Amino acid sequence: MKNEEKKPKSRRDFLKLGLMVGGGIAGAGMLSSCGKDEAISFNCKKVKVLTPEGKLVEVDECNMKEMDTPVNEKEVREGIAGKKFTMVIDLARCKNARKCVEGCQREHDLPVKDEWLRVYLMKDSKEEGYYWFPKPCFHCDSPPCVNVCPVGATFKRQDGIVLIDNNECIGCKFCMAACPYSSRVFNWKEHDQSEMNKGCFNPEENIQHQVGTVGKCDFCPDMAKQGVLPSCVTACPNGTIFFGDINEDMVTNGVDTFRFRQLLQERAGYRYMEELGTRPSVYYLPPVNRQFPVERGLEGLDKEVSDRYKNERIQITK
Amino acid sequence: METEKTEVGMLREFIPILDRFSRKEVFFMSFLSIFLIWGCVGLIFQVVYGHIVTGMRDNVMWGIFISNFIFFMGLGYSGAVISAVFRLFRVKWAIPLVRMVEIITVISILIGPVYVLLCMGRLDRLQHLITDGRIQSPIYWDFLAINTFIIGSVIFLYVTSIRDFALLRDNSNLLKIGKFRKKLYKILSLNFKNKPAQIKYLKQAINIISTIIIPIAIILSTILSWIFGMTLRPGWHSTIFGPYFVFASIYSGTGLLIILMFIFRKIYKLEKYIEEKHFKYVSIILMILGAFYGYLTFTEYLTGWYGSESWELELIFKFFTPTFYGILFFCSSLFGIIIPIIVAAIPKLRTIRNVTIIGVFVVVSLWIKRYILIIPTLETPLLPIQDTRPEYITYSPTWVELSMVAGGFALFITLFIIISKFMPIISVAEVSEAIDNENLNQSKIL
Repeated sequence: MKNEEKKPKSRRDFLKLGLMVGGGIAGAGMLSSCGKDEAISFNCKKVKVLTPEGKLVEVDECNMKEMDTPVNEKEVREGIAGKKFTMVIDLARCKNARKCVEGCQREHDLPVKDEWLRVYLMKDSKEEGYYWFPKPCFHCDSPPCVNVCPVGATFKRQDGIVLIDNNECIGCKFCMAACPYSSRVFNWKEHDQSEMNKGCFNPEENIQHQVGTVGKCDFCPDMAKQGVLPSCVTACPNGTIFFGDINEDMVTNGVDTFRFRQLLQERAGYRYMEELGTRPSVYYLPPVNRQFPVERGLEGLDKEVSDRYKNERIQITK
Repeated sequence: METEKTEVGMLREFIPILDRFSRKEVFFMSFLSIFLIWGCVGLIFQVVYGHIVTGMRDNVMWGIFISNFIFFMGLGYSGAVISAVFRLFRVKWAIPLVRMVEIITVISILIGPVYVLLCMGRLDRLQHLITDGRIQSPIYWDFLAINTFIIGSVIFLYVTSIRDFALLRDNSNLLKIGKFRKKLYKILSLNFKNKPAQIKYLKQAINIISTIIIPIAIILSTILSWIFGMTLRPGWHSTIFGPYFVFASIYSGTGLLIILMFIFRKIYKLEKYIEEKHFKYVSIILMILGAFYGYLTFTEYLTGWYGSESWELELIFKFFTPTFYGILFFCSSLFGIIIPIIVAAIPKLRTIRNVTIIGVFVVVSLWIKRYILIIPTLETPLLPIQDTRPEYITYSPTWVELSMVAGGFALFITLFIIISKFMPIISVAEVSEAIDNENLNQSKIL
């Protein structure tokens, strides 16, 4: 998000940055740090840090715990003010390299079989051609999953992101039934997670997967807070996925930056299954003037992955 | 004093049922307990190893548990409607049947919700429904609905049984039962002394509850359908779902009533009270309900097929081609709608045996119908399933799920037998009152 960085930051953002740079945090309203072992040293230095309220305080360095992002439940539920995140996926650039899937799984410490972002091989009608179709969660503006949640575990934020609070989820799976895009994944069993991610939970980071609850693509809000692009965007070698802010009218894949509305208008952007009325935040650019032939996407895949497209594959290679 | 005698005389016929278990019953109960234990083993397995031991996966995230849940809830709602309609319309011939129907209601409404709980990933967080419940969610509507109905149906059964409890209290010396049970009858009869004023108030109470419970049961079975109707899924997202569920419920409940009439008539020798005419009359009700249900099925699929939206069509083709679901759909329509209507429509065919057979057909077909209402829809999401894991593409229940389903049915029968041992399966006070009135009328004519 190059453009964002150039923009003057709000006072609140500045304070947050200060906290991160300071590498420490003190003050009320904060949850404890996640998973990182405390290193005890005896020669404590005094360090000055800013509290979220803007107070400058002095604390012992050895009492400080490092935190990635300050987590506050209210803040997580409300989202980042003034933002409206969006994703534009250029189908002409996708060749099923699957780097986005891997990037997402790495970022969220997901098991290999669980994919929050899936790549489909699609064909709209008999005479049309095949194309690769990466599908994250659409973060709908009228999200059926949020409507049906009986306990408010999944929620819509002001920045457009739909998140799941896995500490709240009762695992009724109604959101999975309600989502028309099959975007939600259930944690059917306990995953072997890396030690670091155990015992802490932050809906924005989404790295701890609790058994019996639902997970899904989260648009990486913890990274957006730091001004970093989601890992699926940065992982893609072809710059297929653009991420940005509708309010800023900018989307970027890390290399190219476009005006969001202009890009949609010039390239005939559309939303998948607009007729359902869910108003997705993910836009697609049709697969015209493609960079790669469809067959390239079938090369060098694991057998497991290439078997997914078995029926379609026969037709393509004909 | 005339009434007193008829009542006591009738109660005497129930004494061998009430105060002992025959050898056959003990044998049958131990046979059922095998299924109960099997169900418990499945339950323990699921609790220990989690949902991974079930056949449910991301696409079919609700399986046989939910279809069983709808089945039992349907029986529950139907029981209340059938009994309340019989009572409100003063259907004289149906008086011996109402108690059975009310017991069906209470037992199914207690077993049904267990299957939803089995579907939930985090049962330890059930209290979130109370602390953080959201009224926007159909699951929350159902949570309120089921709780309302459990209370309502238990009150309904209890209020209609007070007179029998009083009768059992007054004649407890006839029964070979322990002190505790005598005391229990005394408490449950609420000092009911058969005074004219008491009878009047009790009848008023029954009338009021019957009036209230019909709309409640209809609303609640509609709410049950809305869990599915409110989602954007082919086969579920349909305006007809509310009435469809209501009629399917009452239809299956009537089928079960016939089966129970047959069984209890046989094993408890109640031929005097449950006569052939009862089977005939109930079969006519079954025919009317079957026609409604068939009509709704027909319109549901015809509009889907004629409009031929691509998602809807994909599902409909699964039902109307000779696939696994197609065969199930065909059988459930043939044995669940067409054959019962034909058998009930022709007076010659309305024998006790035939009516019982169509009752079995209806109940089994409606169970199958609930299965194909849930699973094929979930196997047909809007985006294609591109997966290699077979359990993600097609659902098949594992032994864990099947054992708990079997356990649920065994529990239903067990509870029915236990209740039939605790109170007469036929409302003794009401039936004897009807007999007395009839005798009185006849003597007046003479």
